[in-house]
Amino acid sequence: MDMRTSPASDSDAVVAPTGAAPLLELQGLSTRFTVGGRHATAVDGLNLSIRPGESLGIVGESGSGKSVTALSVLRLLGGVHELAGRVLFEGKDVLTMDGAALRGLRGGDVSMVFQDPMTSLNPVIRIGRQLVEGMRAHGRFGKDEARERARSLLQRMGIASPERVMRSYPHELSGGMRQRVMLAIGFANKPRLIIADEPTTALDVTVQAQILELLREVSRESGTAVILISHDLGVIANVCSRVAVMYGGEVVEEGPTAELLARPRHPYTQALLQAAPHIDSDPGPDRHLPSIGGMPPDILRLPTGCRFAERCAHRQAICEKHPELLELGPSHRVRCWVAQQGGVSAPAIATHETATTVAAPTSPTERGAPVLLQVRGLVKHFEVRTDDILGRRRTFKAVDGVDFDIRRGELVGLVGESGCGKSTVARLLTRLHTPTAGSIRYDDKEIAQAGPAELRPLRRQLQMIFQDPYASLNPRMTVRQILQEPLLVHGLAADRAAAGVQVRELLERVGLPALSADKYPHEFSGGQRQRIGIARALAVQPQMIIADEPIAALDVNIQAQIINLLIDLQAEMALTCLFIAHDLAVVRHISDRILVMYLGVIVETGNTRELFARPLHPYTRTLISAIPSHDLQAPARERIRPVGEPASALNPPAGCRFHTRCPHAQALCRESVPALREVLPGRHAACHFALELAWPASS
Amino acid sequence: MMSNSLVRQWRRYGLAALGGLLVLAWVFVAVAAPLLAPDAPDAVEIGRRLQPPDAAHWFGTDALGRDVFSRVLYGARISLLAGVVVVLVGGVVGTLIGGISAYAGGKVEEAMMRLTDVVMCFPPMILALAIAASLGIGVGNTILAMLVVWWPKFARLARSVVIVQRGQEYVEAARVLGYGPARIFFRHVMPNSLGALIVLFTLDVGTAIITFAGLSFLGLGVVPPTAEWGAMVSEGRELVQQWWVATFPGLAILSIVVGFNFFGDGIRDWLDPRSLNR
Repeated sequence: MDMRTSPASDSDAVVAPTGAAPLLELQGLSTRFTVGGRHATAVDGLNLSIRPGESLGIVGESGSGKSVTALSVLRLLGGVHELAGRVLFEGKDVLTMDGAALRGLRGGDVSMVFQDPMTSLNPVIRIGRQLVEGMRAHGRFGKDEARERARSLLQRMGIASPERVMRSYPHELSGGMRQRVMLAIGFANKPRLIIADEPTTALDVTVQAQILELLREVSRESGTAVILISHDLGVIANVCSRVAVMYGGEVVEEGPTAELLARPRHPYTQALLQAAPHIDSDPGPDRHLPSIGGMPPDILRLPTGCRFAERCAHRQAICEKHPELLELGPSHRVRCWVAQQGGVSAPAIATHETATTVAAPTSPTERGAPVLLQVRGLVKHFEVRTDDILGRRRTFKAVDGVDFDIRRGELVGLVGESGCGKSTVARLLTRLHTPTAGSIRYDDKEIAQAGPAELRPLRRQLQMIFQDPYASLNPRMTVRQILQEPLLVHGLAADRAAAGVQVRELLERVGLPALSADKYPHEFSGGQRQRIGIARALAVQPQMIIADEPIAALDVNIQAQIINLLIDLQAEMALTCLFIAHDLAVVRHISDRILVMYLGVIVETGNTRELFARPLHPYTRTLISAIPSHDLQAPARERIRPVGEPASALNPPAGCRFHTRCPHAQALCRESVPALREVLPGRHAACHFALELAWPASS
Repeated sequence: MMSNSLVRQWRRYGLAALGGLLVLAWVFVAVAAPLLAPDAPDAVEIGRRLQPPDAAHWFGTDALGRDVFSRVLYGARISLLAGVVVVLVGGVVGTLIGGISAYAGGKVEEAMMRLTDVVMCFPPMILALAIAASLGIGVGNTILAMLVVWWPKFARLARSVVIVQRGQEYVEAARVLGYGPARIFFRHVMPNSLGALIVLFTLDVGTAIITFAGLSFLGLGVVPPTAEWGAMVSEGRELVQQWWVATFPGLAILSIVVGFNFFGDGIRDWLDPRSLNR
């Protein structure tokens, strides 16, 4: 490993900044951790530079070293670690700075915005003080000046009443508001560079769009350079002029955003681009997503050759040697032997074999298959304690009157932002919660108020896949125990030996080696755990599966693998599936039909293709337009600037629930609740003006 | 760097090992007391009363001429028995009460936890004293009295641990798979809750031993002339010149309590990955 190579002799020449001197220059930056006596190389000889006012995106899977890079730049890492190389900020090496100089830099010339706006503000200090404190600490502003600047910054971040926000404590603000505050703090000291580490990953898509736009505009106005770290190429494409792709602790490709997205040269970049479902292109009859097999390299044992070779379809003998990052086009650098020899053109990875049953000409919806699940007037209200001293309780209207049908064999997507009640719907259908009112008919049996004994047969037919693969498996049971328990409880296996055979079949079905059976969940990666969760749901041979955000916690490539698995299983086993997600692009890719939920009610339903071609409800249009796309060539989607954030289900707006955010709201919308009505054949929407507003207007 | 990690290693394993060894040693002593003790624990011999430690009587003799060393060895039996029984029975009862009420929720939980509050609002030592006094002197009665005040803290802890587990997705998955409440509670929730409880179990044996010794010191607990550390300290408390009578049983109490504490801390660190300061 050439970690200690001095930067000067490193053949990875730092891109010569055209024009201005670089603001920040990483020369051979390496970060090593010591874990239980072993050394892990998280960042390995990184050479990157950013000019004043430039915006650089760093993209990669989890474990690629992108966040560690950000933390290393400001020496914010905890634990036993070792930094090597140089981090030059305006020519001064950050790694050798003393404490005082470092503190001056942090939050002064370089500021950082973290992923989780819930934990990066101090919960016991008012927002105003947190903002002013940062400015006063660097002595750049007087007291009154700082307050005034805080107010105007919040205003610039799109906060309508900065005075009120400054008097608030963090818990009184929503996630999006907090991230606005974090951005304001980030810009407070007029930094030269702002490093944003997954700043929108925890936010809803409509809020994400607003935050990204703010980041882009405010940095442009103030001439601040931006390093944006994200796993989502779409996010980066929307903000950054240059992208670096990280893999196994090093940059594998770097170049101008447009060039890199249009002509990715490294097989990994190509695969990454293909694995993400495109929002701007029709998925076509094959719903499978291309995905990269295998796992990212183990940072405890990095391969000596090309780090991607093991998973690469273009691997050649030369890939046993470690490739250098070489310039292949105008400021386009690639670390790949094959590309350097002019070889790689898309597609880089073997496309998924098309399952024979997938390209069925008609969907179950169109065939008019019998209805398996019928939901009418479903309501779930939670009583919540408020913090007022009388201890009065308020009603949280999580689900407030939902109707839909799901036909046998259909794959229906349910989408909406966090807090819209989609997970509650899942828990009502599986009767983890008992509905406050309404009817759920499964296979013509009413189950809304059924007791435990009546529910037992249902449990075999209706299964659930959970969101968090880390929490949904009992950590004290082996995979074998987890999978054979349902078989034994439901008498599906005569004895343990018979159960053992079925466990093997289940594992094979979800693509896990039979050897996995005697391991514990913590020995698996997130994607593998999700496979175990799927196997557990399949153990009882259900007819229907409800998947509650089954891929939200996974990396893009793993998401693609899990989606492909679900599609195959659905086809093989003739499953009916309700797929819940916040990601419209994914849902579009796999669903026959889509339900869009907002604040406890369904606002639009329709066949997937039609719904995307012509969304009827303004909320659906907002959702679609808010998705960041990495396809820069795609025809520009209508830009509907989403306004504000979802209202609270504690106090939903009167009339149409969306009117507070709707760009087209009129007096009628504030007064009368629009019913979910059939606006076009097979298309339902809950909007008074659905047809007049439908997009595109002529159809 | 090196010395730092040595200190860390020692703190992580060394103290726990020391505690474990102390506990093991005392368990061995308790089991093998008849073989190890040079003398019967209650062999009165007025002729050799209050003799200082020497080759024949390593810890000296007490006011009745009994060999203090033999009495300390035999005392380990009662102390360990009382400590372990109180913690095991109290712990299991408390865990079930707290765990089941947390898992059941609603009125069951409310009723059980208020009962816990009522017991907890008395100072445990005083309440145990009162109960033991009304039941009469004796090892069994004292253990019973201690049990009455012992379970609530386990109930509290079990409740908080189970509430956390109850909300986990794997419990929801178990419900969706149609498992019965008893299976979910005993097969899924409890195994994941035991970590924190085992720590309290281990740490608490020391506390129980000290409480039992305290009650014996106050004249409850054992019927004389049974050898028991608390009672022995009590007998020696006015014998200022004859320091050995009270000091050796006192040291015995100290070492066994310290042993259980170190051992419990070790188990806690071992079970809780967050406390591993890498």
